This record gives sequence, C-alpha cells and structure tokens, in this order.
Amino acid sequence: MTASSPHVAAELESIVGRSHTKSSPEECAAYAVDNCIPGAVAAPASAREVSEIVRFAAKENLAVIACGSRSKLNIGMPPARYDIALDMTSLNQIAHYDPADLTLSVEAGMSLTTLSTALCEQKQFLPLAVPFADRSTVGGAIASGIDSPLRQLYGTARDFIIGAEFVNGTGALTKSGGRVVKNVTGYDLHKLLIGSLGTLAVITRINFRTFPLPLDTRGFLASYPSAAGALALRDRIANSPLTPSTFEIVSPGFPHLFPDSGLWHACVGFAGTAEVSGRVSRDLLAFAAETSSVSAEILGDQACFTQWQQIREAIPNLLSTSPAMCIFKITQLPGALPKLFSLLEKIELPSVVLAGGSGAFYYGVSPASPDPQLLARTVASIFEICTEEKATCSLLWCPTELKTHLNIWGRTRPDGGLMKRLKLAFDPQNVLAPGRY
Amino acid sequence: MNLALIRELESLLGKPSVLHLAEDLALYEYDGSVERALPDVVVFPTTTEQVSQIVRLAARYDVPIVGRGAGTGLSGGALARTGGVMLVFARMNRILAIDARNQRAVVEPGVVNFELSRAAEPHGLYFAPDPSSQKSCTIGGNVSENAGGPHTLAYGVTTNHVVALELVLPDGEVVRVGNAHGDAHGYDLPGLFVGSEGTLALVTEITVKLLRKPEAVKTLLAVFDSIDDATATVAELTARAITPAACEMLDGWTLRAIEDYVHAGFPRDSAAVLLIEVEGLAEAVAAQGTAVSEVCHEHHAREVRVARSDHERDLLWKGRKNAFGAMGRLAPSNYVLDGVIPRSKLPQTLRRIAEIGARYNFKIGNIFHAGDGNLHPIVLFDPRDPRQFELALEAASEILRYCVEVGGTLTGEHGVGMEKSELMPLLFSDDDFDLMRRVHDAFNPNSALNPGKIFPLGKGCGEIRVKSPKPAASPRA
Repeated sequence: MTASSPHVAAELESIVGRSHTKSSPEECAAYAVDNCIPGAVAAPASAREVSEIVRFAAKENLAVIACGSRSKLNIGMPPARYDIALDMTSLNQIAHYDPADLTLSVEAGMSLTTLSTALCEQKQFLPLAVPFADRSTVGGAIASGIDSPLRQLYGTARDFIIGAEFVNGTGALTKSGGRVVKNVTGYDLHKLLIGSLGTLAVITRINFRTFPLPLDTRGFLASYPSAAGALALRDRIANSPLTPSTFEIVSPGFPHLFPDSGLWHACVGFAGTAEVSGRVSRDLLAFAAETSSVSAEILGDQACFTQWQQIREAIPNLLSTSPAMCIFKITQLPGALPKLFSLLEKIELPSVVLAGGSGAFYYGVSPASPDPQLLARTVASIFEICTEEKATCSLLWCPTELKTHLNIWGRTRPDGGLMKRLKLAFDPQNVLAPGRY
Repeated sequence: MNLALIRELESLLGKPSVLHLAEDLALYEYDGSVERALPDVVVFPTTTEQVSQIVRLAARYDVPIVGRGAGTGLSGGALARTGGVMLVFARMNRILAIDARNQRAVVEPGVVNFELSRAAEPHGLYFAPDPSSQKSCTIGGNVSENAGGPHTLAYGVTTNHVVALELVLPDGEVVRVGNAHGDAHGYDLPGLFVGSEGTLALVTEITVKLLRKPEAVKTLLAVFDSIDDATATVAELTARAITPAACEMLDGWTLRAIEDYVHAGFPRDSAAVLLIEVEGLAEAVAAQGTAVSEVCHEHHAREVRVARSDHERDLLWKGRKNAFGAMGRLAPSNYVLDGVIPRSKLPQTLRRIAEIGARYNFKIGNIFHAGDGNLHPIVLFDPRDPRQFELALEAASEILRYCVEVGGTLTGEHGVGMEKSELMPLLFSDDDFDLMRRVHDAFNPNSALNPGKIFPLGKGCGEIRVKSPKPAASPRA
C-alpha cells in the first residue's frame, strides 16, 4: 500500500471532497519536505475531517504531515515516511474573539496577516512576528516554534497561548487549556505542541491572549566596531528599568539591513506615551555613550517599523543569498555570549549573527564550496563548540543533502527519553511526521 | 502501616526524619482546602538521592507517594488521598544559586517563595509569582500547582518563570528537563511538568527567572458604593487595554471582616474596593495611574485613594493577603473557590454568585484577582453540620458550573487536586481524558505518585487507578 494508490485518494476524496484532494505528482511535489514527496494531499475544512483523515492514516499505517504555507516545513530531519500532506489552509476562521477580554481562538490555517488585520481593527495584536510573515499561518508559526523579535517583551508563544484543540495520532480530537487568561485545569498539553513540528498532533485551533497595540513606537540604533560593544549595551539595558519591546544585535553581513560598513548594530524598539519615549530615548543615548558606540540615533515611528520588518525577515533574506546557507539557532545565557561569540569567530567561513536580548541568536554560515562533507565537518565543529559551552544549538536551515551527513539537532538531549514517551502517548502508531526529531 | 517499610525509611533517613505515630500524622491530614486524608508515614528527605531512594523503596512495597511543600494548597493536592508515604520537602530548602547577571536562581523545592525574593533583593531582583501564602508556601508547591498571585496579571504565573527542573520519576530515576537559558529545541517538558500537581514526577530542583524590581510603583484604592460599578470598572480597564501589575477586588462584606482583623485602611461603608497597582518607569506609572483613576471615576468610584507611603501600601496588601485568615474569625470553616471567567463576564458572574449564596442561605465573600478574571468566592460554613458541608459543596459546584457556562474554567491557580476532580467532565471529553491519561501513564504508569488527583474517580476512567490505602504486606522481590 502506498499513499498514491487509488484507494488512498478515493478515501481522502470521500472525507474532504474531490476539490480538496490532490494526487498528481506535480501537485504533490509542491508539498515536498526535504525532497520527500507525499502520495496525496488533502485539505480538510473542519477539525472533524482532520480527525477522519488521521484515523484513516492510523488504520492504514500511513504517515501524515500537516502544513500551512509551507514556509518553514524544512525545519527538522527529513521525514522517515510521508504519505499524506494535510493542507490546513482551509481551516482559516476566527472561531471566537472577545476583544473586551483580550482573548482569541483561531483556526490553525489562518494566515497571520489576515489575523493581524482583524486584530488591528480592535487596536490589538498578537506578538507572533515570525519570519516569512506575509505567508505564515498561525498553526505553522506555532508548530515550527520559530522566534519573534517581540519575545524581548512579550515572551515566546508559551507565554501567550492559553489553550488549543488538536487531533492526536489516534485521530481523536482533543483539547487542553481554555479561553481564559489564567488556567491550571488539567495538563498544559498545548505547550507541548509549540515547536513540535507536527509530531504530536495536528493543531486545529489555538487560543491566545491578545495585546493592545502599542502607542508611539520608536526605535534606537547604535553601531559598534565589534560584538562586545553591542553586548555591553544589552547588559546595560538589562540592568536598567527599561523594558524595550525588541532588542536585536545585527552583525556585519546583512546587506538588506545595513550597508556593509563592518560595524555591528544594536537595534532597539520601544513604545509608550511621549513622556515615556522621551525618557527611554535619553537613557538609551546615554547607554550608547557609556558603551563607546560609534554612532547612536533615535528612529521615528516609520523608520523604526521598516527596520523592525527587515529584522523580522532577516532569515528569508539570508537564505536567498546562497543555496548553501546554513542557519543555526543557538541559545546561551546572555552573560556567556561574549565567550561563545569569540569561539565562533574561529570558524573559518563567512558568518553572520542576529542575536536577541534573551541569549537566543541565529548564526549563519555560508560556505564557498558546495562540498557537503566539508560543510558537515564545519557544522560538527559548531555543534562541538556549543556543547562545550553548554549552549543549545540546532541547525534549522541547511541544504537537504547535508542532513544525510549529520543530525541537525546537535547533541542528544538528556531528556530525549521523556520526549519519546510523550510521542508514544500522543501518537502510538507514529503516524504524525515520523522521523523529524 | 507496614513496619518493615517504616524501619527501612528510618534506616535510610534517620528516625527523626520519619513520622508514623497517629498524633504526628494528624498534622499532615489537611491542607488549606476542605479535604482531609491521612498519610501512613511522613518523611523529610534532605537530598535528591534520598528522594530517589524513598521512591524506589515505596515502589518495592507498592505504597503510593505524595509530595508536599508547606501544605498551604487549596485543592487537596498535597494530601495522601489513598494513604501511603507523604514526602515533605521542608528540609530541602536551600537557595543553591543566584545568578544576578543572567537573572536566574536555582532552588530546592522547599524554599519558601518570599525567601527567594528576599535573597534576590540586594541584586535589585525578585521572583514574580506571589501567592497570598507567599510567606509560607514553597516554590516546589508553586511549581506543582502552577501557582499565581495578584501580580501575575502583568508578569504571568509560575510556569512563565520556570526554565528547568530536576525530577525524580516514580521508578526513582533522576532526570533534568529544560535548561538555564530556557530555550531548547523539542518538546516543552518544563511546560508540561509545571502544574501537573505531582502526578507525573517529584520536583527536586528548580531553576527560575528573576525579574528586575520596577523603578516606580503606585498603589490605588478605588472605593465603590456598588459591586456592579466595581466589576464594570475592571471590564472597562481590560477593554481599554490598561494593564496594571495587579487588580484585586474585595466586596464590602469581606473588607469589613478584614478591617476587623488587619486594620488595613479599607473603608467599612463601601460596597466594594479595587486594589490596583501600576508599576514600571516613573513616567509610565504616572500616565497609567491617571488612566486608571479616570476609568474608576467614570464608573462612579466614590474615591480613588493613592497610597502615600510604602507603609500604607504594605498595609493595603497585608489586608488583601490576609483575607482568608480574616474569614476564619467569622465561621468554623470556609471553602475558597478558584474559578476563572472572561473578564467581560465579571458583572453578571458576581450577581449570579450573590444569587446562589442567597438561595443556599450561605454568606459568600468575594476577594479575588479581578484583573485576570480569577474569582475566589469564599463560602462560609460549619463542617460539624454534615448537611451544611454538603450544601456548601453544592453551592460551590453551582458557581463553578456557571464559570464554565460563561466560557471560563474550574481553577486558575489552586489546581484541581482531589477537590474539583469530579467536575472535570464539565470541561473535558472522554477523548481529552484518554490523552491526559496516556500522558500520565507515560511517566507514572502505576499511579505511584499522588494517586486520586486531577482525574475524576467516578468517570469510568478505569485506567486511572486509585491504590488501596492498605499497603502490601511485604516488599516485592
């Protein structure tokens, strides 16, 4: 039995209808994950249809991968099996929105831009400013676990997801959490779905707390001859009463952001009343002087917004510069970053750094030679440095061929055994995205 | 209790660390809830290794284990529902590290919540979760229940501040989940274990985030002549997206009881007060304070008073945080609920609570985290009258059902424990329970840890085993 068999296509058609099913090789190729092409694509329009498809897959021992816009679908190891692509973009409605309570329940396939427009009408937003923003779906942003520059102030998705509905590997539609901002009723299973790459369940609906749109947003830009100065500014802000909404350190090598002057830049976003903005501006300019910046300036609302968008999209822009680009996500305690940065400087490839204020940063290396074995050795060196420094490191974007030479998740997690237990509890037959972790 | 097990525990920990006489055990029969359950033996380990050995020993004798911090919980979470070994973390109470530069602390589970903030204070830092019992409750207990507190409105509950845990699984294995920087690929295991009410593992070490103390704080007391005006104010503050650090409501009846006890300065002739705190940059605090005052006045606040000194502020918070103690002066017992509702539903819910109280002829006080919709109706009753106890539970159940009906939930920060487990089917389907059960069994397959909690016993969840209170006669080979 393969997913491309007429039996599978017929069954999917009976669940979602012919117009929501695809099975030609050309159509299925658009849903490839690391060159693995599914045998069929189904686009369910309800959680019940998702449930029926997963039940069918479990019965027939087929592998299912859920996807939204597919912008981040290559994060992870190549799937061990891939029979059915679940295109979730037809599940795209706001299920419940109570602006007066700042709570929202939204279907997983809704695009972030559509959602953003709806929230904007109520002067609210969701701090889920992930890369590939013009295409990303809510479910994809959550399942990929990708960061947003706004985590500086608002935290990661785990800090503002309040519940979810999802179909587990048995095909059962289940839920956890709820639609209120404080809730300890039952296990927080929805937190497990963040960054799970669809391996535990197919997310059908997510509940969030929403936030008021900030007033009078402004930015601040300081430049330094090296990373040390920008990191010193980070420390200075962390030790002050200031609570900026974004903080990013940008190394040289991001031409779409800054002309290549060889300088490191610290980009800060903040918001508040005119009095608050005035105070923050004064303090930041003083901190820049204390940390010996080469230049420092306050950016107005529009300039700040443009820069923030460019930072948000830094990864897609970087990926477009070279097909061999490798981008790691590395996390370390902020106090240990200077040493880690200096160790990474020893890697003999052109590299770039985009670092948030929390200690998480993206590190990109771009090899001149396309030799995958050479690149694999370089990647292994980076993993080794991170392991020695007790930093978490994973290779989120790289050429698919490289994945045959190494595990993109780096060192084995000490709690990997517990992850396996959870996978078995959620998906006892290994139907959902097998092999991606 | 099996004497052989007691002797082995004494040999492992020393006699002073093992209690098994009836008069000693009685102290561990209750927590802050209305539930009662007697353990067979109480032990006080001092190291993770001892915890692991106790767990292995109990498994050999087929005796369940329940972890306990200070016993201040309000859902029966730390009670030995089916007897067995109660493992009290009171002597694992060291702050192992404070890393001021990275704003982290590593603590043992028995560290009292307030003690961590006190230790962090010289660095200008503090631990944000602040339950009313923070001067006695432990961080291990906070982790198990995912505790909240007034200031979680702005800063989040315990789970938002925990980055890593050391755990002892029911087979005695010691594992670590998460890491100090709080970011790892893969599943969010700390996110699952925090709030799992001791049903998946015992927590033996916790790494938490510390926050920087705000530059400025302004505490306002808004006084109302009607409960409706007070609740409408909270709904309006939320709708206008004004997010104070804390927004607490006390009804008139409750605040008069508090005044008799604490003399906090609450106006005795009011129908309700809102205790609102704004904090942050001095410039932001000034603007937020003005915005809060405006909304209060628009909703007919008779007065909006600003605490003029730290002493006045502390006194107001002392009144708020000692409210449950004040209730003890009015009735032999009280039942504190913990339902949560959408904040837009506050006015109608408070009216319904009053109506339920009148119908059951109970005085129900209200003192709660209004800003996040987390209600704490307090039902006063006399437990010596079995009928009254039964009716108090019925009234409470009716209130919680209403919370669910308007889109809310059963518990916001106290946990399900053994108190609300039978109400869980109001929220969860058989499929939901089935998945929760499989997650439970993935870590605690024999229900050796904290049996009889969270899951409803009468729900036909046959797989959710409740062990017999009687331990096996002899250890298994």
